[in-house]
Amino acid sequence: MKVFKNTVLATAAVAALVSGSQALAAGRDYISIVGSSTVYPFSTVVAERFGKATGNPTPKVESTGTGGGMKMFCGGVGTSFADITNASRRMKSSEFEDCQENGVKDIIEVLIGYDGIVVANSLEAEHFNLSRKDIFLALAKQVPNPDGSETLVPNPYTTWDEVNPELPAQKIEVLGPPPTSGTRDAFAELAMEGGCKAIGFIKAMKDSDEDKFKAVCHSIREDGHYIEAGENDNLIIQKLEANPNALGVFGFSFLDQNSDKVQGSHIEGVEPTFEAIGNKSYTVSRPLYFYAKKAHIGVVPGIQAFIAEFTSEKAWGEDGYLAEKGMIPLGDELREQLGSAVRNGETMTGEGL
Amino acid sequence: MNNTTEQQHQIAERVARGLKRRYRAERRFRLYGILSIAFGLLAVLVLFTDIISKGAGAFRQTYVQLTLQYDADVLGISDINDERQLALADYQGVINQALYERFPQYSSRKDKRELKKVISNGEGYEIRDRLVANPSLLNQSETLWLVTDDDVDTYYKSIGDDDGAFTGRVSETIQSVVGELIDSGDIDLRLNVNFFTRGDSREPEQAGIWGAAVGSFFTLLITLALSFPIGVAAAIYLEEFAPRNRWTDIIEVNINNLAAVPSIIFGLLGLAIFINFFGIPRSVPIVGGLVLTLMTLPTIIISSRAAIKAVPPSIREAAIGIGASPMQVVMHHVLPLAMPGMLTGAIIGMAQALGETAPLLMIGMVAFIVDIPSGPASPATVLPVQIFLWADSPERAFVEKTSAAIMVLLTFLIIMNASAVWLRKRLERRW
Repeated sequence: MKVFKNTVLATAAVAALVSGSQALAAGRDYISIVGSSTVYPFSTVVAERFGKATGNPTPKVESTGTGGGMKMFCGGVGTSFADITNASRRMKSSEFEDCQENGVKDIIEVLIGYDGIVVANSLEAEHFNLSRKDIFLALAKQVPNPDGSETLVPNPYTTWDEVNPELPAQKIEVLGPPPTSGTRDAFAELAMEGGCKAIGFIKAMKDSDEDKFKAVCHSIREDGHYIEAGENDNLIIQKLEANPNALGVFGFSFLDQNSDKVQGSHIEGVEPTFEAIGNKSYTVSRPLYFYAKKAHIGVVPGIQAFIAEFTSEKAWGEDGYLAEKGMIPLGDELREQLGSAVRNGETMTGEGL
Repeated sequence: MNNTTEQQHQIAERVARGLKRRYRAERRFRLYGILSIAFGLLAVLVLFTDIISKGAGAFRQTYVQLTLQYDADVLGISDINDERQLALADYQGVINQALYERFPQYSSRKDKRELKKVISNGEGYEIRDRLVANPSLLNQSETLWLVTDDDVDTYYKSIGDDDGAFTGRVSETIQSVVGELIDSGDIDLRLNVNFFTRGDSREPEQAGIWGAAVGSFFTLLITLALSFPIGVAAAIYLEEFAPRNRWTDIIEVNINNLAAVPSIIFGLLGLAIFINFFGIPRSVPIVGGLVLTLMTLPTIIISSRAAIKAVPPSIREAAIGIGASPMQVVMHHVLPLAMPGMLTGAIIGMAQALGETAPLLMIGMVAFIVDIPSGPASPATVLPVQIFLWADSPERAFVEKTSAAIMVLLTFLIIMNASAVWLRKRLERRW
């Protein structure tokens, strides 16, 4: 009998909890942030500082990937939807339209800095000096026919010196992120497409058949020379240490933290350093953004203060704590210009996406 | 006659010949068994040595001893009772000032910037709490052990390594500062209190496991409160009252199937039903508990049914014989006798739920949460998710934190499984 009573009590308690939580969902007192796993390390630092310094509840940051974050962010207005989404690329016009359709009208866009993507190998191995064209030829699914005709053939290259005689005679073996990753998207767009454009007839394709151009430039070979190593960049570094013949593709902050284990290859003759990524001489770098809902300011407490913290000089500045975490800051002028736009509450118009 | 002895002889010879082979086969068979066990033990041993050797360092943290001057001018506090001033005061400035005074030889702007990096930037908040708790400290001085930055911590711990200290993230200035501190005995490895008392942080030296442990506790509480009564009630009905027909067969098959469904599917279900339909907020232990309830229910039902089955029918018959109603039979006799087995099943189900990450991914519990959850309705994360998040962090010092968190999780799992074994040994009755 006692057990039965307990059962009833427990069920009632849980029912009460559930109904209570529904009431709670209506008024959320902490900021909810979703989005890119690349911006996650920076967004979380700001969230933590913001929580400690202001006494507001620390914002909750989820790493859902840029695309997933956009979907949740654009789902609608109201406390059951995220307030801020992080992105490792600019919002697409399709996403902007999606937002508009669901009533998310006023969006504050903030460019916060850059992130470099590096191609690195073990310190024990020979240092690589790559061009984007080398990267494209070594990793693309289809490459121009080596006989010089303007046709595409499945990638025949198996060693680096076949791609470019100046590179070591070493098997092409590159560990990198899977297609679900934003790093992979950016790598395809910046490194592969950059190399792709160096080839005349493929570049001409961009005007005649853009879909085909994208397909050629962004497709990575699947014959075992590019190895999908999962989303965990630490794992790639461990594998590079164990296998000096392999190269790995990951974010700059991981190179920065593991400079005693791996070395970044020069790309177009430029070493991936803090300065080179910041002044854009290192070509494989991408912008980092976050987007905030203006309609939630005043509904969820602290959003404005959080944006102010993110765009304060001590956070995103030259010597700010985000730089210490490996984010590459924007130039002084751009920071000032974007900072004042944010303070004035300027919202996106959707032009030029 | 002679013929049969001959035959018997032949058979005996054949058996004797085969006997040797059979003994050999027997020995081989046992050897395979021993090898399998040895392999299993070896795997556990390798896992444990790897985790412990990597993670042991995380329980100790590098601290530096400094004499702090709670200078009102540096802090920018003119009135100690003004809360606004207390909130905005420059506490990190006090630490920086102490560093400049301790190392006056580093006076260039660049060197000063390096000096600032020695102490963790979370310690300013620590100083604030001290001053708020004890306002009379203003304009007084105090000697304290302060947590160093993770880069200094990694460097200090790597001094004396076979392949040299890790200097990748520390400048020569910091290296010589650490050298001086070692000479004066003002730097030391001490118990890492933060690790056991704090929530997550992006600064490895400030990050702790307590937030995730509390999140796991609330999540499991909800899971237990829901799945145990429901599971036991289902088991009792199916075993004691339900008629045996096609319907109960179908239910039985489905329960067994449910036990084998990959856990991520429960996460998707939870997202669709609890979050999207019922509108429970994301990332809270209530949702996590509900999803894990779905996952552990089959385990509990199956083990509870086994426990009820193990109660001898004679006990039921005797109870009915002296006039007990079916419900009295169950409540007074079957349930108390089956309880140890049910509890064991529940504990094992809970241990399984404790180690689960995949379904929580879908419902937003894989998130950065700093504040210690205050109840089942505040955002939280759980232990295995914390391990996953730390394993994915770029900072070097999180490598040992990850292994240490695994040790904490394994400790909980071992305790839970051991208590299940203990309960069974202690309370189980044999007939």
